[in-house]
Amino acid sequence: MRSSIHAENASRTAYLPSSNPGPWAYAQGDALSLVELVEISLTVNGTAHTLEVEPRTLLVDVLREKLRLTGTHVGCDTSQCGVCTVHVAGRPVKACAMLAVQADGEDIATIEGVAKDGVLHPMQAAFREHHALQCGFCTPGMIMTALALVERTKDAPLTDAIVRKELEGNFCRCTGYQPIVAAVLAGAKAMGSDA
Amino acid sequence: MHNFAYHRPETLSEAREIFAGAADPLFLAGGQTLIPTLKQRLRQPSDVIDLARIADLRGISIGKESITIGAMTCHADVTASADVRRLIPALGHLAGEVGDPAVRSCGTLGGALANSDPAADYPAAVLALGATIHTPDRTIADDFFTGLFETALAPGELIVKVSFPIPKRAAYQKFRNPASRYAVVGVCVAETASGIRVGVTGAGACAFRQAEMEAALSASFTPEAITGIAISEEDLNSDLHATAAYRAHLIGVMAARAVSAIA
Repeated sequence: MRSSIHAENASRTAYLPSSNPGPWAYAQGDALSLVELVEISLTVNGTAHTLEVEPRTLLVDVLREKLRLTGTHVGCDTSQCGVCTVHVAGRPVKACAMLAVQADGEDIATIEGVAKDGVLHPMQAAFREHHALQCGFCTPGMIMTALALVERTKDAPLTDAIVRKELEGNFCRCTGYQPIVAAVLAGAKAMGSDA
Repeated sequence: MHNFAYHRPETLSEAREIFAGAADPLFLAGGQTLIPTLKQRLRQPSDVIDLARIADLRGISIGKESITIGAMTCHADVTASADVRRLIPALGHLAGEVGDPAVRSCGTLGGALANSDPAADYPAAVLALGATIHTPDRTIADDFFTGLFETALAPGELIVKVSFPIPKRAAYQKFRNPASRYAVVGVCVAETASGIRVGVTGAGACAFRQAEMEAALSASFTPEAITGIAISEEDLNSDLHATAAYRAHLIGVMAARAVSAIA
């Protein structure tokens, strides 16, 4: 990883809305002339990217604002709701609770990489089949958490109780969870898991 | 979040050197507390030193009488460890009760202990199991937790690893806040080589041992032995989740449940 001071780039980044890394990133009192941009490499859904980011930029903001992968949502921004869940090195992570620089060199999977060739992934299809979404805002996080769950528990039977415990970090304010749990169990089964 | 300089050293000595040379540095472990704290501008460090690439801080090693866990080992790895589950099932269970799966992917043992959150789970196990905290220059046992978000660590002192002696039996029971999954009260009870130990978290400014229960359980390791013990609410936490009196009551309930699980 290369670190360097780019005073000129920094002030341009700070004032041009086209490269705005998020509404909360800039406020009063920051010494903009000293903003240090760090070069990072991310592989997102199989595509390699090299980017310059501020150390304080959150992974979710890089995904949404710089890579325009807006399927990963920001709900609470306090690491409670789970709608920003992505996979980093195969593990579920709240992208609002990780700095982009921490993810340097990592393999990242987002909801955009789940369907292949326009065909829904079995887990996505199960969510549709079971009416596991209404407004859909929480769905990307639910799917990414569910996929990580199935991967981690593929050698053991998946139960209703396990799914409920594993979804504790993902909030849905519409459906009441019943159809989500049914969808995760059905999706896991369709993926060949022992559900 | 205010800006800061970001460092990602690959050795412990490099990390300490950066810390020593920075104006107002902070170490970054798993970030599950620190990053929300930075977002709220409750901390505004000049330098953030990410410990994630220091290989010496990771891993679980099994000894004859203890399990040693690197400070940067995440909760998901502790709870998934077959060795931990076999030798100290209470510790494997506890790690799986921290936060949620995404938090467990990132959050670390060392970060949780160094933060000494009054509602964190691990401190109860550290006290009950009689764990030893290793820093680069010394070891710290019983007197690690010193207050609200306060520990015996000196500025710039890092946790390298934690050794948990393998107990004869141990259990952790927690009454959790359903939204945050933090412990409203959590109690870890262990029968160790040096006797019965009871570690309580969530109730006070930091985790503490409950001497009366330890004495009672040493005489008779049954839930009945501790049901009569009145816990004073003095010095216990009171917040919107629970009053001090409620927490005092919960200590007895959680301790009895832990004893029942292994009696």
